[in-house]
Amino acid sequence: MIFEDFKKPSWLRMNLRAVWGRAYPRIIGVNREPSWVFFETVLPLLGVAAYVFIYKALEAPPQYIGYVIIGGAMTAYWMNVLWSMAAQMYWEKEMGNLELYLIAPISRMSVLGGMALGGMFSSSVRALSTIVVGMFVFGISLSLPDPLMFTGIFIFTMIALYGMGMMFASLYMLWGREAWHMSSLFTEPIYLVSGFYFPVKGFVTMLGNPGFWLAAGASIIPITLGLDGMRQCLYPGNLDGFLPLWIELVILVLLSFLFLYLAKYSLAYMENLGKREGRLTMRWQ
Amino acid sequence: MAMNRKLSGTKKALRKSMPRQPLLRPDSDRNKARARNMNLSTFKWSAWLGWQMESNWADPFLFAIYSVVKPIAGSLILVVMYSIIAAIGDRTDPQLFYYMFTSSTFFMYVGQVLFGVAQLVHEDREHYQTMKYIYISPSNYFSYMMGRTVSKLVITTFAVVITMAFGVFMLGVPLDLLGVNWILFLAVMVIGILCIMAFGLALAGVSFLTAKHQGGMNEGIAGVFYLFCGVVFPVSILPAWGMSFARILPITYWLELIRRTLKLGVGMDSTLSAYSTNYCIAILCISTVVFSIVAVAIFKAGDTIARRKGLIDMTTAY
Repeated sequence: MIFEDFKKPSWLRMNLRAVWGRAYPRIIGVNREPSWVFFETVLPLLGVAAYVFIYKALEAPPQYIGYVIIGGAMTAYWMNVLWSMAAQMYWEKEMGNLELYLIAPISRMSVLGGMALGGMFSSSVRALSTIVVGMFVFGISLSLPDPLMFTGIFIFTMIALYGMGMMFASLYMLWGREAWHMSSLFTEPIYLVSGFYFPVKGFVTMLGNPGFWLAAGASIIPITLGLDGMRQCLYPGNLDGFLPLWIELVILVLLSFLFLYLAKYSLAYMENLGKREGRLTMRWQ
Repeated sequence: MAMNRKLSGTKKALRKSMPRQPLLRPDSDRNKARARNMNLSTFKWSAWLGWQMESNWADPFLFAIYSVVKPIAGSLILVVMYSIIAAIGDRTDPQLFYYMFTSSTFFMYVGQVLFGVAQLVHEDREHYQTMKYIYISPSNYFSYMMGRTVSKLVITTFAVVITMAFGVFMLGVPLDLLGVNWILFLAVMVIGILCIMAFGLALAGVSFLTAKHQGGMNEGIAGVFYLFCGVVFPVSILPAWGMSFARILPITYWLELIRRTLKLGVGMDSTLSAYSTNYCIAILCISTVVFSIVAVAIFKAGDTIARRKGLIDMTTAY
């Protein structure tokens, strides 16, 4: 085919290809390394099980075991956002892939979107296996009277969460070698404030008014309200919810738009800064 | 034909030029001393490198926050869980709280050191891609790993001290510094840390052969200890098979000894309280020796297989 005959694909088609192209190695890669099923799904369940036994030792109401299982399932997504989204762009630069992404005629968001899609695959397997183990081993019972609301909460949590991951990806590139520290720093403290192992309303129970503001502040992290909303959907009738479900859904929708916008802005900023300072191909900084 | 003969001659010449034995004969005392010095030097400089990577690569403010906030947040998760259940159930069990707090604080050594040692393989091989250079240098990778572990130990000790101080001053954990048997405490700490390092080495040996699964693997192995070693709840809560498994893990005895020497949360665990302190020390020592031998064997096996299969420069960070 001569160059003049080459029909340039549409912008949308090119970007969809980019999304699939970046998601592909993650989805196919994990299938080529079947050992990941054991390492990434079976072993992490043990940590979640420990939290279940804490509640058993404390003789907590049974729904708390369900809360831990749901929180444990969602850690898969948070870890994926931190280590495979936020820190990944920095590693892509170190490995020399970033320059290839930048010279390709595609949106940077497509690359990150593909990364998110591929990462969600293995995270979802881990999350589902945690829920299944929770149901069969610990005997938790979940009910879903409003599947539409649950789906809405879950989807917008994912969009907002991975949007946040995309924004972090640019920031991590600016932070450079501190990426590892940042990801570590965002692990336990976020588990704490977002209520991965207890309902976030527990802050209000413990601290009263300051607890409410602490939980409200933590709601800027999409997984806080996402977790709370999913717990409310799966355990209807309990009084452990932080805000009414519809308010949580509206906030999550707003956070989704906010983080996607911020991700696009920060990516453009990072790229311009990198070009100006000549740091886009620099390693080990 | 002539060309083949010529090549064959070149091969022979090359073979002759290559030493059949290592230049450093291991049986010579001088060479043994030289190798020892080399290993010591590797250990010292890798410890320094580890410290630089942990501290100097980050903004000092960020490093300070990281060192303080992360461990305290980890303990606060348990504090909040305990407080919520205490508030809704309108009952408290301070001994259980001290048990949880003390064990989870010292468990940081397991999480950080074990995680750190095994993570090194992944970092060096895939992220920094320096493993192959370390291998072709005169350094010994085993000494290098031991050195890198030291920096993790220092940072974890800092975190443990801060968390205990936070517990004492903010949460009312009744630690009586004058009542602690410090000699026993230090002995238990040294043996326990050696044991944790041995587990880390074994994991590193396995990491040579696996793709980018160190995260899940380390999290999982730490989870095994977290679940079965009586870290945040007494071992007696576990089902019978879980209690039997807990009894063969050295970390169970290590944490029990720590609680006994610090006199925090003692007697909460009906399974372990039947054992005397001397019995626990004996079990800890024997299991540490056994696990260390097994760990070094696994590390060596992983290293040999990885070199044979060409996995030293494998990259799977997709």
